[in-house]
Amino acid sequence: MKVVAPLIAVWAALLALLGMTVGASLVLTGTPSLVASLGIASAKAALIAWVYMQLRREGGLMRIMALGAAFWLLILLGYLALDYLTR
Amino acid sequence: MTELSYLEHGHSLKSWLLTTDHKRIAILYFLSITFFFFVGGAAAALIRIDLLTPEPDLMSNEGYNRAFTLHGVIMVWFFLIPSIPNTFGNFLVPLMIGARDLAFPRLNLLSWYIYMLGGLFTLAVLVLGGVDTGWTFYTPLSSMFANGNVILAATAIFVVGFSSILTGLNFIVTVHRLRCPGMTWGRLPLFVWSIYATSLILVLATPVLSITLVLIAAERLFGVGVFNPALGGDPLLYQHLFWFYSHPAVYIMVLPALGVISELVSTAARKPVFGYRFVAGSSIAIAIIGFLVWGHHMFVAGQSMYASAVFSFLSLAVAVPSGIKVYNWTATLYKGHIALDPPFLFAMSFIGLFVVGGMTGLILAMLAVDVHVHDTYFVIAHFHYIMVGGTVSAYFGALHYWWPKMMGRWLPLVWGRLSAIFIFLGFNLTFFPQFILGYLGMPRRYHVYPAEFQTLHVLSSAGASVLGLAYLLPFTYLLYSLRHGEKAPPNPWGATGLEWTVPSPPPQHNFHELPTVDGPPYQYPVEPDTKREGAHG
Repeated sequence: MKVVAPLIAVWAALLALLGMTVGASLVLTGTPSLVASLGIASAKAALIAWVYMQLRREGGLMRIMALGAAFWLLILLGYLALDYLTR
Repeated sequence: MTELSYLEHGHSLKSWLLTTDHKRIAILYFLSITFFFFVGGAAAALIRIDLLTPEPDLMSNEGYNRAFTLHGVIMVWFFLIPSIPNTFGNFLVPLMIGARDLAFPRLNLLSWYIYMLGGLFTLAVLVLGGVDTGWTFYTPLSSMFANGNVILAATAIFVVGFSSILTGLNFIVTVHRLRCPGMTWGRLPLFVWSIYATSLILVLATPVLSITLVLIAAERLFGVGVFNPALGGDPLLYQHLFWFYSHPAVYIMVLPALGVISELVSTAARKPVFGYRFVAGSSIAIAIIGFLVWGHHMFVAGQSMYASAVFSFLSLAVAVPSGIKVYNWTATLYKGHIALDPPFLFAMSFIGLFVVGGMTGLILAMLAVDVHVHDTYFVIAHFHYIMVGGTVSAYFGALHYWWPKMMGRWLPLVWGRLSAIFIFLGFNLTFFPQFILGYLGMPRRYHVYPAEFQTLHVLSSAGASVLGLAYLLPFTYLLYSLRHGEKAPPNPWGATGLEWTVPSPPPQHNFHELPTVDGPPYQYPVEPDTKREGAHG
């Protein structure tokens, strides 16, 4: 049960965050909606990485590798922004 | 008692289809990608026959679109990307690092089954009439307007992408965890370095393609506005996402080839690779910089000129690590005792064609010149010089070099030399005229063209005939060698590397006792195990 409990708790948290995503899309518009959506999505990704992907149990090297993947995403988003913001 | 080789451990179909031996899985891949190579080649043959005359006399416009799309899809995802990593990488990485198998043998077999599933989807696309979007699936054509089997083709690529990811993951873990005692990072064969760099790209880039294909399906099936401006989307976003995968994919195709050439050149010259650390580091540098250049595919697509300037600079920068490799191979050959064996001829062919492909890549990376030649045959010629002249030459070089190790049989050297020469000549006759065609203004993906272009098109088609026959040639004498070739000794070429210390073909678990490495790589010269006269067939 000690192993399963955190998994169920995170699952519940993810569902709650999903509810918040839907709620925010109904209530907010424009930039606040975008910020809320990205913020909630980041929280979901962090929960999955930390608990489901077991980064909380891993050492420094593994965490750095995970950050590397996030850095790769930043490359994609960064150059996308370079194009969209300077057109 | 002599240990049975991996080929002798079970002869039933089941023993092959349920194997977890990396060497057998490599053979399964070899057979599968050879099949797809000839399917993709058949599509190319149709294209070149149709282009013999300025009129559309073999295929309709729609049929032509479907032929070049199928050619691209099959050659990119079902031949070039898995070619060297999944066959030679699978076979050689554990042997080269002194391991008994890859880190996840069952995952390795699963990745072959996934590849085959993707292949079946692609064949279904072919049987059901094809797809007409081009291998790039540009939106909004693919997501809204194309009337071919877009979803099925996207599914095929989505599925085969998981094969790539699993293979890349397996190689990364294997290189990190299963190196034998003494096999430090600074002693890894350069082929392993290149496979490692390739695996990083496979794992990091392929998921982006998968997601992008799902988005196309979402827009096409459910009208979710992502790429279609009419639905609030942006078609350039598709190009960004697609090329974020597909430009690094070019390096997935060519990096393993660069690793092969490092092995072939040092063996041929009987000298250590000049500047080992720089050659190894340049593989990683190419993998990293290769992720930063994708915008050069969008110079005339409406991308911001500031972004284009940055992408142009970075595209020029990727030439530096590529140049390091070419100069270091040349320095390796300097004062070497060169043997003109088939693998070396393929390596020389590779270097020449890769340089032409690379230099024309620099021309394309320059903003102003790209406007003139964008989407013309100049681009077609450029990337075929890299992918076919480069990667396929290296693939055949690897096939000739490691064939005695994989199959335990010598190949006929005279035929091998002839085949390397014919492939080089056929390739240049096919694709060099396309540089001129492109510069003169012949756009890609058209099968009707002005009459003044016909001579160059006929030359190109004639070259394709030579090339097609030259590609068939090795398969005939390699098959012949399986039955009639002399038995190969463990180290027929006189090469360094742990794979040459085990019998040919290797035993099921590679090493009776795990080896220990106590020196740097490429400690030449090494005497071959056999007199070379015995190799003639």
